[in-house]
Amino acid sequence: MDDLRELYQATILDHNRDPRNFGALETANRSARGDNPVCGDKLVVYLEIDDDDRVTDVRFDGKGCAISTASASLMTEFVKGRKRQEIDETFEQFHELVTGNPGEKVDGEGLGKLAVFSGVREYPVRVKCATLCWHTLRSAMSGGDEVVRTES
Amino acid sequence: MSAAPQHAAPLDVQAVRKDFPILSDSFHGKPLVYFDTAASSQKPQVVIDALVDFYSHGYANIHRGLYALSVGATRSFEEARDKVRGFLNAADEREIVFVRNATEAINLVAMSWGRQEVGAGDEIVISAMEHHANIVPWQQLCAEKGAVLRVTPVDDRGELELDAYESLLSDRTKLVAITHVSNALGTINPAKQLVESAHAKGIPVLLDGAQAVPHMSVDVRDLDCDFYVFSGHKLFAPSGIGALYGKLGVLETMPPFMTGGEMIESVTFEKTTFKAPPGRFEAGTPDIAGAIGLGVAIDYLQELGMDAIAAWEHELLAYATARFEEIPGLRIIGTAREKAGVLSFVLDCAHPHDVATILDQEGVAVRAGHHCAQPIMDRFDVPATTRASLSLYNTREEVDVLVAAIGKVTELFG
Repeated sequence: MDDLRELYQATILDHNRDPRNFGALETANRSARGDNPVCGDKLVVYLEIDDDDRVTDVRFDGKGCAISTASASLMTEFVKGRKRQEIDETFEQFHELVTGNPGEKVDGEGLGKLAVFSGVREYPVRVKCATLCWHTLRSAMSGGDEVVRTES
Repeated sequence: MSAAPQHAAPLDVQAVRKDFPILSDSFHGKPLVYFDTAASSQKPQVVIDALVDFYSHGYANIHRGLYALSVGATRSFEEARDKVRGFLNAADEREIVFVRNATEAINLVAMSWGRQEVGAGDEIVISAMEHHANIVPWQQLCAEKGAVLRVTPVDDRGELELDAYESLLSDRTKLVAITHVSNALGTINPAKQLVESAHAKGIPVLLDGAQAVPHMSVDVRDLDCDFYVFSGHKLFAPSGIGALYGKLGVLETMPPFMTGGEMIESVTFEKTTFKAPPGRFEAGTPDIAGAIGLGVAIDYLQELGMDAIAAWEHELLAYATARFEEIPGLRIIGTAREKAGVLSFVLDCAHPHDVATILDQEGVAVRAGHHCAQPIMDRFDVPATTRASLSLYNTREEVDVLVAAIGKVTELFG
């Protein structure tokens, strides 16, 4: 059970039960869809971006596992108010956090609450659950008509 | 019904477990509890030994060598074909074509028989509970020919709607392709009745037996189906081998599927003539060892007795179903009256992927996802399920471990 609590930290369980910024965003000027064909997870990320490339509002919708739902929820909290470059840099760090070598300790410094996903690296088959929303977000930011697929 | 010798003795599951070396292994410090046989079965020692023996002392290419080793390998390969014939109670070993798996067998029928027989405006009838392997080849054929795919609906229990099936059969219907047992729901379809209805209108039937053959005795002459397909890897045999049964009269009308060596009578640059079935459909060197392993797996199952296996699995399914019904917030997907050992379920509190991760920590291997049957997931309005599939080597104690592990999921997520 202790191992599982490393993966399913309280913050993750909380955001799974009560996802923030959940549902469609009427004022969105960008959106993208992400699919994980392996598990059937689907999600949509809605963005409102200003001329300055700053995310002024963001919401997500869809069905997924706890890791995927919590990741999307925490991501929306993180990116709101931030500029694209900063978001890209954070994604790089986040990606490193969840895909690093299992067994290697990481502090996730600079990632704030997103560091709760540090346990994911111990479960390589679950990495895509944590990253699907980020790939979808980035697709939406770059115009994103294409559906993001974790398997492509 | 089956020609196979059946023992009246009930299955000695503890003895069976000793035949499967992997069942003594541990994962995450817990003994393996393998509930994913519907995805692929574990292998008994006799099958593993047969592969080692063949590669150590019996290996040569078949159907061509004039030396003792090749003659022996050919004999073993053809004996395996005859074992498959006996297992399905087919009349003639020429009706058994070795393929890689059920998927390849269906593709063979679609590309050979289908391309020859199906034209614009024709219809192919499948069902809503098909595995993608029995949807996509027909969809592709229909797209190529301008034919139409018709889908037999499934009711809330996961049973075929037979009235709807009957009304889908028309003079436009060229083929019925339906699963014998559903991999996602466990439903055992009334195959004989489905064939009878189709034949009454002159329509041939392909049955996908991938999930049926490991659980019950199958008699293709009694079913009277025109094609029957299965995979060896779900039947305790090596992966990479499977079989297509086709009525000889039908196979004889079919053009080759793949061409090359082994399947020809004579080749000149002007013209090639092809062997009679089954050779016509077996281009190139096949999975010789796999076929021999499949024969050994069939011997193993027949020694245990398919009826004894079916009886044990039935008992275990009833036990597991009753235990599952005690779990609050758990819904079983697929509650057909005739059901094989598949328990597909969803929990209110947790997604199937989270369930599978937590179960894995307890040593319990299950499948989570859409089970290559997305349309039936849509039918039940779930994106995915967790599936525990039961087999001849599973026990009540393992069901208890599974139920306790589901308890950990509810503890964490509830």
